Amino acid sequence: MNEKNFPVQENERIRKVLKEFEPEKENIISILHLIQDSQKSNYISEEALRAVADFLGITTSEAYGVISFYTMFSETPRGKYLIRVCTSAPCYVMGSDTVIGSLKKILGINIGETTRDNLFTLELSSCLGICDVAPAMMINDEVYGNLTHKKIEEIIEGMHHG
Amino acid sequence: MDELIVLGNIGMYTNPESAAQYKQHGGYQGLPKALSMSPGDVVEEVKKSGLRGRGGAGFPTGLKWSFTLPLKGEKYVLCNADEGEPGTFKDRVLMEGDPHKVIEGIIIAGYAVGAQKGYIYIRGEYCRSIEMVSRAVEGARKKGYLGENILGTEFSFNIEVKTGAGSYICGEETAMIESLEGKRGNPRVRPPYPGVQGLWRNPSVVNNVETLANIPSIIVKGADWFKSIGTRKSTGTKIFCVSGKVENPGYYELPMTVTLRELIFDYCGGIKHKKKFKAALVGGAAAGAFLGEDNLDVQLNFEDLAENNGCLGSGAVLVLDEEVRIVDVLKNIMEFFVHESCGLCTPCRVGNVRILDILNQLKEGNGTAHDYQRILKIAKVMNKTCLCPLGQSPFVPLSTAARWVI
Repeated sequence: MNEKNFPVQENERIRKVLKEFEPEKENIISILHLIQDSQKSNYISEEALRAVADFLGITTSEAYGVISFYTMFSETPRGKYLIRVCTSAPCYVMGSDTVIGSLKKILGINIGETTRDNLFTLELSSCLGICDVAPAMMINDEVYGNLTHKKIEEIIEGMHHG
Repeated sequence: MDELIVLGNIGMYTNPESAAQYKQHGGYQGLPKALSMSPGDVVEEVKKSGLRGRGGAGFPTGLKWSFTLPLKGEKYVLCNADEGEPGTFKDRVLMEGDPHKVIEGIIIAGYAVGAQKGYIYIRGEYCRSIEMVSRAVEGARKKGYLGENILGTEFSFNIEVKTGAGSYICGEETAMIESLEGKRGNPRVRPPYPGVQGLWRNPSVVNNVETLANIPSIIVKGADWFKSIGTRKSTGTKIFCVSGKVENPGYYELPMTVTLRELIFDYCGGIKHKKKFKAALVGGAAAGAFLGEDNLDVQLNFEDLAENNGCLGSGAVLVLDEEVRIVDVLKNIMEFFVHESCGLCTPCRVGNVRILDILNQLKEGNGTAHDYQRILKIAKVMNKTCLCPLGQSPFVPLSTAARWVI
């Protein structure tokens, strides 16, 4: 992608999202979700945050307060695939530590980091509500359960080719 | 076969979001019946059924509705689908498997309390639930179950789907309302309760997904039928979400006369790999209580669990075998509370961190019984002084785990 064109495209995408909403503060979470999802790097940039605040008629700090409260929002760029490993008690007793260990090893990154090719970001999550197939994780919108080292390897391998 | 009230149609549809299929399987019968009754009579029927909230607190649903019914002005029904208590996944199963049952429950609740609009607040991580419920709401609107003059009556009602963005505390009703208003999810001081001053300070009935899914059947079959299931104080069924070291983890809808032993050994096939049972974390895999072998014959209902220092909570049951160290689980639970505390009130913000510090020392073997007493003291203060259930909760797992730790 042409680096120079990126901000123009980003502005375009933000404008497109904002057009779908009334400028009411109650819409902020829905707006931020759509903006984050529309960005290649899966995050909310400062420019995007300012645009949302302006649109809703609130201060940037108030909008920032919302982003910082909810764990699904990120202020820093992330990979194409966002991996969220559940660490709550049901997954913990079924081996979430092993899952985290496997992912760190396979991807060569620590928690909170993104792979050099910008494909994967590794994050931890509170209960994802799929405890009957613990240990579990989500990659973007998909859930994966009954995880073993081998299964994780296959999933990641599949995404490299996907 | 036990009677299924809320899960009966799960797996029966080719398209769970289809209103027509729900109708074919006995759905949308409660709504016309409710609309032929007076709102007061609907509230009375729900009151008589003894239905209690299935989200965790167990407050009588009909009583809650009766507070909002006489109030004037703009009113709302808020369906709490921010299912975040660890070990709980029943609301997801309902939203993805039978969304119209929940929607019908919301519409009936709206009619009963005189609300004009309903909101379903679904946690952001539940992508599929958000999709299914949104489509089902659209379908219900097309069929005339939502919108102006529903089924040719004077009653008009709409539903909007809203999503969270990753926050356990937003499952607390006033935090959820703050989030619906587009703010950080900090809980409000109660009273006033949402039934009197909720969304935008208007009267708002807040009910859990499973609670609302019980409503259509109560209206169709009557309060007396509903009361005939379960116990006197815990009427109807409950969905139990079983996770951890059992052969068949999953969700089980059962009358609240079932014992912990029956749930684990009869329904879930016993402990995985024939190991020994050690304990079960019942009511929530964070805010629940540890029950040991001597509690296996306790019936899983509001009153019997309360008598045994437990709680029914969300109906989550995390089963632990002989190999699990309880202090490890406690540390995991406290890390969860530290992460999820909104930081608004001091006992919670500071107390959780202090408890985790001491637990870490205990876990390394550098602690004494005295240190655990300090933990319990902090947790007790939090239990008495915190604004919302999050800060009040750690005392429950910590106090009931004491016998394995000290």
